[in-house]
Amino acid sequence: MAQTITQKIFARAANRKFVDVGESVWLNVDVLLTHDVCGPPTFDIFKQEFGPDAKVWDPEKVVVLPDHYIFTANEHAHRNIDLLRQFAGEQNLPNYYDVGTDRYRGVCHVALAEEGFNLPGTVLFGTDSHTCTSGAFGMFGTGIGNTDAAFILGTGKLWEKVPESMKFTFEGKMPEYLTAKDLILQILGDIGTDGATYRAMEFDGEAVYSLSMDERMTLCNMAIEAGGMNGIIAVDAVTEAFVKARTSKPFEIFHSDPDAVYHSMYRYNVEKLDPVVAQPHSPDNRATVRSVAGTPITKSYIGSCTGGKLTDFKLAAKILKGRKVAVTTNIVPATVLVASQLSTETYEGQSLRSIFEEAGCNIALPSCAACLGGPSDTVGRSVDNDVVVSTTNRNFPGRMGSKFAGVYLASPLTAAASAVTGKLTDPRDFL
Amino acid sequence: MESIIQGKAYVLGKNIDTDQIIPAEHLVYSLSNPEEVKMYGKYALSGVPLEQGGLPEGGIPFVPEGGHTSPYSIIIAGPNFGCGSSREHAPFSLKVAGAKAIVAESYARIFYRNCVDGGFVIPYETAQQLNKLILTGDELSIDMQNNTITNLTQNVTYQLRPLGSVVDIVQSGGIFEYARKNDLMAKSQA
Repeated sequence: MAQTITQKIFARAANRKFVDVGESVWLNVDVLLTHDVCGPPTFDIFKQEFGPDAKVWDPEKVVVLPDHYIFTANEHAHRNIDLLRQFAGEQNLPNYYDVGTDRYRGVCHVALAEEGFNLPGTVLFGTDSHTCTSGAFGMFGTGIGNTDAAFILGTGKLWEKVPESMKFTFEGKMPEYLTAKDLILQILGDIGTDGATYRAMEFDGEAVYSLSMDERMTLCNMAIEAGGMNGIIAVDAVTEAFVKARTSKPFEIFHSDPDAVYHSMYRYNVEKLDPVVAQPHSPDNRATVRSVAGTPITKSYIGSCTGGKLTDFKLAAKILKGRKVAVTTNIVPATVLVASQLSTETYEGQSLRSIFEEAGCNIALPSCAACLGGPSDTVGRSVDNDVVVSTTNRNFPGRMGSKFAGVYLASPLTAAASAVTGKLTDPRDFL
Repeated sequence: MESIIQGKAYVLGKNIDTDQIIPAEHLVYSLSNPEEVKMYGKYALSGVPLEQGGLPEGGIPFVPEGGHTSPYSIIIAGPNFGCGSSREHAPFSLKVAGAKAIVAESYARIFYRNCVDGGFVIPYETAQQLNKLILTGDELSIDMQNNTITNLTQNVTYQLRPLGSVVDIVQSGGIFEYARKNDLMAKSQA
């Protein structure tokens, strides 16, 4: 029987040859990811259910990356970090990345890739909805709650329904004004915020395989914005090179069978697509940037798991070099590594950091920061009636702080172009 | 487990995401300390823009100012309830505020799992747009045996979708209780 790549990964994790769409199976988990917001309650449930002295099923497979509320004076947020540290100590977790030490990494989904935890063919569960980001590596990654995570901590397994798959093929050569963010916002506009609920979103086509791993992660990151269980891109030479440079662990590569059955198939020619935004207050509220150009903004924000990777800043630098921003512009690198690359990577002979500084941007420390609002002292948090253009992934009411603010989700090119003019601006005006 | 859930309706629109159910800034509180837990009740559904809460009129907060429990125990909503983040704090906050069940046209996957596996609130689905028929404050009764919801105020009964394969977990009160009953708590042998 023909299977999709997601089915094959499920079958491997369920010790089966074949799994059928719609059946619920118990999956053996390769990695469980958690962070400072959902880790403490997960550990609480684990102790309550398995006993105060219980040990996690496999300390090597538990990855704890604090990233949400790091640079804040909020005492409850600090207490959550203390609880992570305490649990990691009790359980001798080797993969705990403590705040305030040189082990601190930053945004978990990007750090997972940097640290070599993303392995093709494996199953990753995380207490964060954007765990689907890792699907860029030809693996299964999805978000879960604290109770499910506590169950995995004790048993190393979890039930999951085998999803139907939807296939999105992008043909053509990526134009320089278009990014992975534009592709996923295009899809969201077409299928809506529940268009892929409980399904796998498989991305394919020459344009997808021309993208860097950073960009592929952006594409998979927002599968959850369509309700998708996971996003997935099959492994190619780019993936293999990236993974092998970071880990020596073995892995298995799966591809969808040519006659695999899909719920639906969508085809796009990237050469015919325009830069787009998601208007307030929903990620599927798509408009071409040109159709809303001129809308005044009060802030620009370039950061997060979906929009704060090296590739995002390289793109932004193309537009910001030699120009000044007209509105408050926050540059929030996802991780410590990305932050250091701002100093080492250059565009036309100038470091990205210096380009952003000269443009008048504020460069923040690496964390999730204002992508999800956060405590009141979070850098970049929206206030009052702010109108923000942001490379983040969600713009429901109140997402970046103020519930009276409006957020336009956009590519780093569009966010940079709009920062320069103070109004929504198509990046082609500058490229 | 009780087979009838009775209470007042709180009616919402579509795509009620987890930031509206419990805004991210409040996620710092303990989910086990009884005093701090009350904060989750206090802020349940506080991210819903005021005019969109308590439909059809709107302007009705789920939890009255200064309190931490809600007079409404059954939430009626449109499609895609609970979309957005994976935070289990969302169904938890609804439970703390006193919600017993949600009746929506559809749910986002993680929120649905969290409701069921955590045993917080029961997520029923309906094929009808009940949020256009039921008014906030109407007295409702859900019959869990027959999968129906009766609007006692309007004297009309609607069909609910059966809970399907998760009914055992719901009846057990969560994934741990279910797993203990079915001997599923052993460690993986991968």
